[in-house]
Amino acid sequence: MMKAGFLRDLLFAAVVLIVLIVVPFIFTKPSLRDFLIYVMAYGLLAMSLNLLVGLTGLVSFGHAAFFVSGAYMFGLLMQSGRVSIPVAIFVTVLGTAVLALVIGAICVRLKEIYFSFITLAFQMFIHSIILTWVSLTGGDQGLRGGIPRPPFFGIDLSSGVSLYIFSACVFVVCILIMRQVWQSPFGYTLRLIRDNPNRANYLGVDIVRMKLGVFILAGAMASVAGILLSLFVSGAYPEFGFWTTSGEAIFMIMLGGSQLFVGPIIGAILLRLLEHFVSIYTEYHGLVLGIVILAIVLGLRQGVADYVVEYLQRRKEAKVPAAKEAAFVKERVA
Amino acid sequence: MNLEALASCLSSSACAVTQISTALIIGMLLFMVASGLSLIFGVLGVINFAHGAFYMAGAYIAFFTYQATSSFFLAFLAGALGAGLIGIIFERFIISKVYGKDILMQLLVCYAIILIFDDLVKIIAGPEYKMMGMPDVFALPPLEFAGGFVPAYYVFMIVASLSIGAMLWLAIEKTRIGKIIRALAINPQMVGALGINTTLLYAAVFGVGSMLAGIAGSLAAPTRTLTPGMGLSILIESFIVTVIGGMGSIVGALIAALLIGFTRAFGAIGFPLFVDGIMFGMMAVVLIIKPSGLLGREIAR
Repeated sequence: MMKAGFLRDLLFAAVVLIVLIVVPFIFTKPSLRDFLIYVMAYGLLAMSLNLLVGLTGLVSFGHAAFFVSGAYMFGLLMQSGRVSIPVAIFVTVLGTAVLALVIGAICVRLKEIYFSFITLAFQMFIHSIILTWVSLTGGDQGLRGGIPRPPFFGIDLSSGVSLYIFSACVFVVCILIMRQVWQSPFGYTLRLIRDNPNRANYLGVDIVRMKLGVFILAGAMASVAGILLSLFVSGAYPEFGFWTTSGEAIFMIMLGGSQLFVGPIIGAILLRLLEHFVSIYTEYHGLVLGIVILAIVLGLRQGVADYVVEYLQRRKEAKVPAAKEAAFVKERVA
Repeated sequence: MNLEALASCLSSSACAVTQISTALIIGMLLFMVASGLSLIFGVLGVINFAHGAFYMAGAYIAFFTYQATSSFFLAFLAGALGAGLIGIIFERFIISKVYGKDILMQLLVCYAIILIFDDLVKIIAGPEYKMMGMPDVFALPPLEFAGGFVPAYYVFMIVASLSIGAMLWLAIEKTRIGKIIRALAINPQMVGALGINTTLLYAAVFGVGSMLAGIAGSLAAPTRTLTPGMGLSILIESFIVTVIGGMGSIVGALIAALLIGFTRAFGAIGFPLFVDGIMFGMMAVVLIIKPSGLLGREIAR
């Protein structure tokens, strides 16, 4: 059963990858490719955050800490000129995982809003360090001078197309990993912790360890998102680690839906499209965005993807009893 | 980092007095905003992320009233009452719809309000910076303390904030209505069962909380530039204050606000880039050692 599920996910991932790679060749506008890379980087950030928010019920306000650490660690490693891209990615993900271990070990012991606040505090602390340590990070100017992309295994990322294909592959692999966690016994344990921590405790689940585990995984995945964005913009900026970036990721989750696996990506696409089209028609896009949010929260009371899934389920359920009744009536007439 | 500058400032009494007065007015503004935030959280259990928008509303209403009437006291009154009124409307029509929902829904609603308010201000007042200028009433020579000079308006701000804070504390701790509000925070069903209109009371508490933000805004108007994004920066700082002081505690908010005020004022000389880092570091330390804050009562673990 697990095997069949995994094969299905693998097939699905392959289809997504092919679509992602083919689409920019059919519609050759460069703005579409930029749009897709943006959605991949921020979508990955939002999906990794949703491992905490939707799956475990841990509302982190400071997830961008790992996003920015990914971007800066990777950028600095590449600028040192001593490592290849795969090694730099590996070291960055590992380094961010260690950072997440240290921060998480302190944070996951706190509950609810206090968890949110302490993650925010750590994130802003890291943001201030980046701003202050000018000699290493370039301060508020960001990591300038570009990020070199030396070829590796015969792959040259200097052209836009190859960079895009590389990003798409990394993105799909990360999504596949998160999908496996989402469906694994570990994932169901996390849902149990979210819904009924006392029961999880009685069943002998080590709650702190489980939370720490998912915190590290989410941090590592966020660092990959940071790497993708830093490769794309060829730099790293302190804004990646400002609280607004975390806020945007939360916003994507809420817009798309936290219970459906792909909800955050849908949210990322919706948000980007919304910003794009609203800013064409009016300069007051905050006003329009605010009204849309209010309509979604007060009208749907959940994310768009969650709402659609629930609506379809309700329709299915409404159909099933009706069909049964019809069959029953037919039988009696006969 | 420039710790010599900090040391030399501390050794000269003129510089020290100037910085202390700056610390006090930053602290007092934060105290006003944070005590409203804290009051709303303590009684209603919602975290009002839109609080900065009320601060901004108070400042702009005061600014326009002052332009129209050139009376600072009318402007002050209008800023406070206007923000309070907006708060009541916001509570009744929007935030009360998400009571008891998860915190993300509340966060999102407040974020929407911030976006809408910022753009409304841009539409009504224009995107450029606004300066109210010092009101004529306070065009007095600065007062001298130990070689340093403090503007008369600063003294007024400090006295006004402290007395409003004291009145709030007395009202909550010593009066009958204060007792009802404290009961409402603990057991709203029982308060309702005793024949008290809890809906009205919730709206009133939210109104008072927003009014405190409006007071801060109108007190800040003569000394700060007004911009459409001014609510957000003070919001983040007042969150630090509420977390350090303890959610729901007015005295805690005062102590924490002063702590942040002094960090800001002296940090601006000694370590201007790392002021935020120190503030968030303090917040993290408090959360690690005593998550409920210095004077908070709630158990947070």
